[in-house]
Amino acid sequence: MLHLVVCIKQVPDSREIRIDPKTNTLIRQGVPAIVNYYDLHGLEEALRIKDRHGARVTVVTMGPPSADKALKQCIAMGADEGVLVSDRAFAGADTLATSYVVAMTIRKAEEEWGPVDIVFCGKQTLDGDTGQVGPGVACRLDLEQLTYVEKVEHLDLERREIIVHRHLEDGVERVRAKLPVLITALAELNEPRRASLPGVLRAARYKPMVWTTNDFPDLDRSKIGLRGSPTIVAKTWVPEPRKVNTEYIPADPPEAAAEALVERLFASDIAEKLGWVQGVRA
Amino acid sequence: MADERFDAIVVGAGPAGTAAAYTMAKAGLKVALVERGEFPGAKNIFGGVLYRKQLEDLIPEWWKEAPLERKIVEQRLWILADDSAVTFGHRNQRYHDPPNCWTGLRVKFDPWFAGKAEQAGAIPIYETVVTGLLRAGERVRGVITDRDDGELEANVTIIADGVNSLLGKQLMVHREWRPDEVSLAVKEIIQLPKQTIQDRFNLEGDEGCTIEIIGHTCGMAGLGFLYTNTDTLSIGVGVMVSDLKKKRVKPYEVLDGLKQHPAISRLIQGGEVKEYSGHLIPEGGFNSIPALAGDGWMICGDAAQLVNAVHREGTNLAITSGRLAGEAAIRAHEAGDFSASTLAAYDEAIRASFVYKDLKKYRGVHSLLAHEDAEQLFHRLPQALNDAAYEMLLVDGVPKRDKQRKAIRRVKEAAGGAYMDLIRLGLKGWRAMNG
Ligand SMILES: Cc1cc2nc3c(=O)[nH]c(=O)nc-3n(C[C@H](O)[C@H](O)[C@H](O)COP(=O)(O)OP(=O)(O)OC[C@H]3O[C@@H](n4cnc5c(N)ncnc54)[C@H](O)[C@@H]3O)c2cc1C
Ligand SMILES: Cc1cc2nc3c(=O)[nH]c(=O)nc-3n(C[C@H](O)[C@H](O)[C@H](O)COP(=O)(O)OP(=O)(O)OC[C@H]3O[C@@H](n4cnc5c(N)ncnc54)[C@H](O)[C@@H]3O)c2cc1C
Repeated sequence: MLHLVVCIKQVPDSREIRIDPKTNTLIRQGVPAIVNYYDLHGLEEALRIKDRHGARVTVVTMGPPSADKALKQCIAMGADEGVLVSDRAFAGADTLATSYVVAMTIRKAEEEWGPVDIVFCGKQTLDGDTGQVGPGVACRLDLEQLTYVEKVEHLDLERREIIVHRHLEDGVERVRAKLPVLITALAELNEPRRASLPGVLRAARYKPMVWTTNDFPDLDRSKIGLRGSPTIVAKTWVPEPRKVNTEYIPADPPEAAAEALVERLFASDIAEKLGWVQGVRA
Repeated sequence: MADERFDAIVVGAGPAGTAAAYTMAKAGLKVALVERGEFPGAKNIFGGVLYRKQLEDLIPEWWKEAPLERKIVEQRLWILADDSAVTFGHRNQRYHDPPNCWTGLRVKFDPWFAGKAEQAGAIPIYETVVTGLLRAGERVRGVITDRDDGELEANVTIIADGVNSLLGKQLMVHREWRPDEVSLAVKEIIQLPKQTIQDRFNLEGDEGCTIEIIGHTCGMAGLGFLYTNTDTLSIGVGVMVSDLKKKRVKPYEVLDGLKQHPAISRLIQGGEVKEYSGHLIPEGGFNSIPALAGDGWMICGDAAQLVNAVHREGTNLAITSGRLAGEAAIRAHEAGDFSASTLAAYDEAIRASFVYKDLKKYRGVHSLLAHEDAEQLFHRLPQALNDAAYEMLLVDGVPKRDKQRKAIRRVKEAAGGAYMDLIRLGLKGWRAMNG
């Protein structure tokens, strides 16, 4: 059976994040934790493949014990198994150490449930935002790397081939690749499903597997956690709010307001940038 | 349809539903707790004061671990006229130990309480709306939810979906509430430094104070409140929906009026409004209580109109009714019989409890509010009382006997003009409060 692995990260809900004006750091306290938005698109694509071709979907995350809630959400949506890789020794990881541990986890998942055909990652996370973990994992596991995927066009199981559309800055690239591959998902890939009632029931009772450093006999301890993280955060700061000149146009009467708005837009460079042409009023 | 069958399904993880789920799960029943919010309490609001006693029947010393705001040591009643107030209050050191009640916030309390039910074994099914009941003739055999394969079966369904109970309406145990059976409350949470709150309300440490407010509600039947939380104040007002319709006043206008009252504005001054919300409160009382149980179902809490508006008690009645429904379900489970006649034990237990007795005592209040002139009760009388107090306390050389006469005349006029009117109103009020 196909084995699909989805890598997820639990992140603070960015819609609710505020910055402490005094210390300039994120106020994480009281901010609800959610599954990184892009990762849900990865999961949804894996579930669609499962629905169509039959597959085993394993979800993995490295994180604190509270991340089991994120795994349960994935189980509710239809994943078969969830693995939480959690140990104090993993804490403080940068993207290098994170991708090392995630890669080790996928290797172990292969030992448990068979060789992996497709690994799904999000394009990036809402908090760390680097987009480096996916490619880092692909390198370590020697998987074909398909980043910024907005569509899975075709999956040919006989020939073990996949065709995807990669969304690039200057266009869309249609790529054919041999399995196994690692895909990083864009939001355009699909619309994540709402869990069914049986899914929610299964998730409510489900206890994710927890793997600690002891579960990885070959782990190189110099490559994990703070010690394995060469990234040095030299400084963080909050960007100055950009100064914008706001002009208020009275809304009444609406015709005059609309006219004034159109006038301003054409007087600025917005119209030119967007290639608008000023029309003639009927 | 989920393959799995439950002993009991509870709809709504408010105080009533969670109490029922906790009671049954603890006794080993297989319970599903369905809640539409992202988590229990996510969108729930109340004043609010939480009482010790009724939850203690379920969880001894619960307050030692529950997230609470302030322990109430003083309760005040303010009768407002336009720019004055007649105030009463009671403060007592005995409220320290054992505590009587606390202020709380539903976003914190509800998830804690539901967490206890989960720990006891109830299966949480959140972010899930129950859209209807599964029926087999008269018998309720489960619920329909808004999820795929969303039907769920159980021997008994406990309906605790709050004042707007969709399921109660589907069961036809009640109809759409009449505008004079519900009030609409609006509430703001205002942030202030802890120390400022303590200074303004004469409090120390975790002590708290509540103020109930009569008058200054634009001549409509309504009650205001101002409660102290740890570093916020809850201020709100509930007004009978029928009066809002009659007067065409918006509830937030009433709240704005209260906030500007000179006795109140100084208490909230400098605070930042953190939250604004609105909710219905059942006001029908005793006469609006529906049938409480039938074949395969029971109904509790606000959904059954179990609110004592006179004493702003609702959560405690909800918790007790949920517990009693849970206990009836446990007995039905033991007997293997979930018919109306077995579940009638719940109805009997409610009748034997303070819930029913208190609501019965105040049974006349609803008709007093519905039939008397709200303008008189909630505007002219408070005004006259304030004028009378002003007159009596003003030292201006007018002989006291004349002052007293004038003061009594004021109140008399407000009651209708004659002594008899005052006596009649007094009697009516007395009867309403002592059903
Ligand atoms: C400037 C900066 C400073 C930082 N400082 C610190 C620090 O001091 N201490 C610290 O602990 N962290 C720090 N971090 C965060 C840490 O580097 C990242 O959280 C972590 O390495 C993952 O990187 P990311 O969040 O950028 O993921 P991305 O590379 O953006 O994630 C891409 C995808 O990889 C997968 N993925 C990412 N993380 C995981 C995971 N844990 N488990 C499974 N799959 C995953 C998901 O599919 C995700 O969508 C910092 C980050 C930055 C940018
Ligand atoms: C402004 C205000 C002030 C109050 N002050 C106090 C006070 O100081 N002290 C006090 O004791 N009481 C007070 N009350 C009353 C008290 O809040 C209620 O009596 C009490 O919350 C009733 O509990 P309940 O569990 O019956 O209903 P609710 O607390 O309303 O809970 C119902 C639950 O069911 C859920 N639900 C509804 N429909 C569905 C559905 N179809 N599917 C799934 N879930 C559903 C809701 O999301 C909610 O969580 C106040 C009420 C208000 C509005």
